[in-house]
Amino acid sequence: MSDDPVIDLLNTPPKVVNIGLEGFARDLQDEGVKVVHLEWRPPAGGDPELARLLSKLEA
Amino acid sequence: MTSAFQKIEEANAEAVDRMLSGDPVLVDVVPAAQAIPNLRDRMILHAGPMIEWEHMCGPMRGAITGIAVFEGWAADLAEAERMSAAGAFDFWPNHDFDAVGPMTGMTTAGQFVMVVENRAFGNRAYCTVNEGLGKVMRFGGNDAEVRSRLAWLRDEFAPAMGRALRLSNGIALKPLVARGLTMGDEMHQRNAAGTGLVLRALAPALAATARNSGTLSRALSFIAGNDQFFLNIAMAMGKAIMDPVRGIEASSVVTAMTRNGTDFGIRVSGTGDAWFTAPVEMPEGLYFPGYTEDDANPDMGDSTIVETIGLGGFAMAAAPAVAGFVGAGAASEAVEFTRRMGEISCASNPEWTIPILDYVGVPTGIDVRLVVETGLAPTINTGIAHKNPGIGQVGAGVVRAPLACFEQALRALAARLGVS
Repeated sequence: MSDDPVIDLLNTPPKVVNIGLEGFARDLQDEGVKVVHLEWRPPAGGDPELARLLSKLEA
Repeated sequence: MTSAFQKIEEANAEAVDRMLSGDPVLVDVVPAAQAIPNLRDRMILHAGPMIEWEHMCGPMRGAITGIAVFEGWAADLAEAERMSAAGAFDFWPNHDFDAVGPMTGMTTAGQFVMVVENRAFGNRAYCTVNEGLGKVMRFGGNDAEVRSRLAWLRDEFAPAMGRALRLSNGIALKPLVARGLTMGDEMHQRNAAGTGLVLRALAPALAATARNSGTLSRALSFIAGNDQFFLNIAMAMGKAIMDPVRGIEASSVVTAMTRNGTDFGIRVSGTGDAWFTAPVEMPEGLYFPGYTEDDANPDMGDSTIVETIGLGGFAMAAAPAVAGFVGAGAASEAVEFTRRMGEISCASNPEWTIPILDYVGVPTGIDVRLVVETGLAPTINTGIAHKNPGIGQVGAGVVRAPLACFEQALRALAARLGVS
């Protein structure tokens, strides 16, 4: 361990949180990397009109 | 000034309160024409949103021709088909007449309907008696054997069940469902516990009121031999619970989901009685021996009222055996179905709890905002009918409600609230 977090990041195994596409998490897992996958998708499947309505109806 | 968000939250709290305070009781079995005075001669109530003959699927047409012969409106199935195409019958959704019906959902004046009264609000809802499995009219069966069973239900079973219910002052359904959930039912594709509990509750009064031992024996055997007997009771219960939730200004809670084999439709409390429809999807499931997905008809029936109140696919965790029966994966995956439905629901039901979830309540109050936001469509456990008339049930599976219905509803609700 060094005092510099950037050096630590480069010298220690990565800790990964994958958000969205699960395939990226699986690829890293296949390489032996520890991954926490967070299931996420854009609101309303990415439809901008519905997302805009939701932003007004949900807050 | 109250924001649209605040209006919706307050309206949804009211909607959930009405759902949870409902007190459904199975009180009677009566002639449909008596229960539903507007149900006239040559009127056929069907499952799902409004549909005309030319757009109906095979099993829906099969059931309509069968019920027309049963009612004596046509001499045979061929004549019934000609009359249907010529506009001799009025077709209306069950939902517009305080009724629901499984699969094709045939309700006509000459049948009997079970009556569920919501004693907290005073409204009543109706559903015919479940015919059993296989070749039955709700799955499009229509031959003499199917019609003969309907005649027996009308002439012997339904009057006997009505007498028994009147003697016993009805069966309270809320505690019965609570118990059924702890016994492995989800009340859509597994009703073994609910059916057993109803049989136990009804048997003494059936014995006390049956006209003779033959009637009693046939009635008890019929209920005992049909694990899905409770489904139609659960459906009338669902309708009785949800009808008082209709018409709460600004509420985004879904009050009905239903399908006619061609279209899927939903109603939302804050948008009144408007249907938001989209083409139905094809269930994914398991088939009886000799049948495959090539034989299957798309999704059909008013039975999605069960999911609308948090049971069926929403309560899959209570019934791991169903996950296997409907081809939804391993028993352990049933919990995931319920968890996901919790993400699109406003609340959970403290009186209908699931043991394996440490007694968390079933997801309650589907919110169209949450469905659209997450893209998680309600999961429905369903029977699968053959696509051709006259054959009947060929399997069971899982199907998702089309997201397009919920997107339309969201747009309509936003417009009513002046949000653009």
